[in-house]
Amino acid sequence: MWKKLFAWLDERLGLNDLYKATLDRPEPKGTWWNTLGSASLFLFIMQGVTGIFLAAYYTPSPDHAYDSIQYIMTGVAFGWLIRGIHHWGATLMVLVVFIHMIRVFVTASYKYPRELTWLIGVGLLVLTLGMGFTGYLLPMDQKAYWATTVGTSIAGSVPFIGPFILKALRGGTDISALTLNRFFAAHIWMLPAALAALIGTHLYLIIRHGESAYPDKDD
Amino acid sequence: MAGSDHISRRDFVKLTTAAVGTLIAAAVGLPAIGYLIDPALKSSKADAWIPLGKVAAFPVGKPTLVSFTQSQVNGWEKTVTSHGVFVLRKSDTETVVISNKCTHLGCQVNWKTDKQEFICPCHDAQFDINGRVVGGPPPRPLDSYSGDQLKVENGTLFLHFMEG
Repeated sequence: MWKKLFAWLDERLGLNDLYKATLDRPEPKGTWWNTLGSASLFLFIMQGVTGIFLAAYYTPSPDHAYDSIQYIMTGVAFGWLIRGIHHWGATLMVLVVFIHMIRVFVTASYKYPRELTWLIGVGLLVLTLGMGFTGYLLPMDQKAYWATTVGTSIAGSVPFIGPFILKALRGGTDISALTLNRFFAAHIWMLPAALAALIGTHLYLIIRHGESAYPDKDD
Repeated sequence: MAGSDHISRRDFVKLTTAAVGTLIAAAVGLPAIGYLIDPALKSSKADAWIPLGKVAAFPVGKPTLVSFTQSQVNGWEKTVTSHGVFVLRKSDTETVVISNKCTHLGCQVNWKTDKQEFICPCHDAQFDINGRVVGGPPPRPLDSYSGDQLKVENGTLFLHFMEG
């Protein structure tokens, strides 16, 4: 019965081919360092899921942002767990993505034909840092306020177009309700959408080229 | 090794991975469900004994208006609502509390001593001293509280007020 159902689905969806391409690929001999890309992907999914759950209670308004997070931490069942995973997962993701990049650099995996995979990876790193930066403002406490003040001021120090960048980031000259709302929109819609698209391409390229073998003495 | 009691290395790894995976998924998944449905599990009824004043201070036979506020907390938001009730001492022992909220559209009724009626300023509804409809559009008598909903402690009258 199940076999028949699976065969029917497989014939139409190509499940077996999909499985072979994604999870049963031939791989060169690797180490635990080769698992960091998958770890980054897992963390991205985990951040997405816990983030969606947090959005059920969080309010992106300067009047209520802090209170709503206090409520998540003390008033909602397991709110501390969901926010804790999101908080520490964010830090861990930046760390894992960074070490993943160092591994690719050290093993020279960015070379032909994988230059595009590397370039997209650079984009993913920048977007991950962007997620960290925008997410940091959302609690709207003193730390968040001043971190955003300093961060956007640094962007504002660019010659000539600095003041424009600063106003575009803050949604005005000061940190305000507009800043919080556009950081929130960036954090839950724009950056994740861009991340998902780039991750898709990154994965496609990995499946297409296979993982790189470690360089040996002849290389 | 078909037919052998020993489980193969591959099957062991598969089984362990599935077991550990299920365990982790349950450890995070079940709290996540609790997190989402949490507001549905909390009682939302505002339920409190409101002190209305010393019983002896209320005149017998004349409704006296007492105002109080009731606050309700929803998540991180606190809503304060004002309420008014008439305390009517029918005799030294019998006290009844009547809501001042007109049963027609919720305006606040006033006690008119000369007419011995509660009059609603909005649509001229009239209620007698016990809250029964005398005239006008209201569909039912004014809400009243008596018996279990009232108590006297150390001479102070308390109203068991519920909302929601």
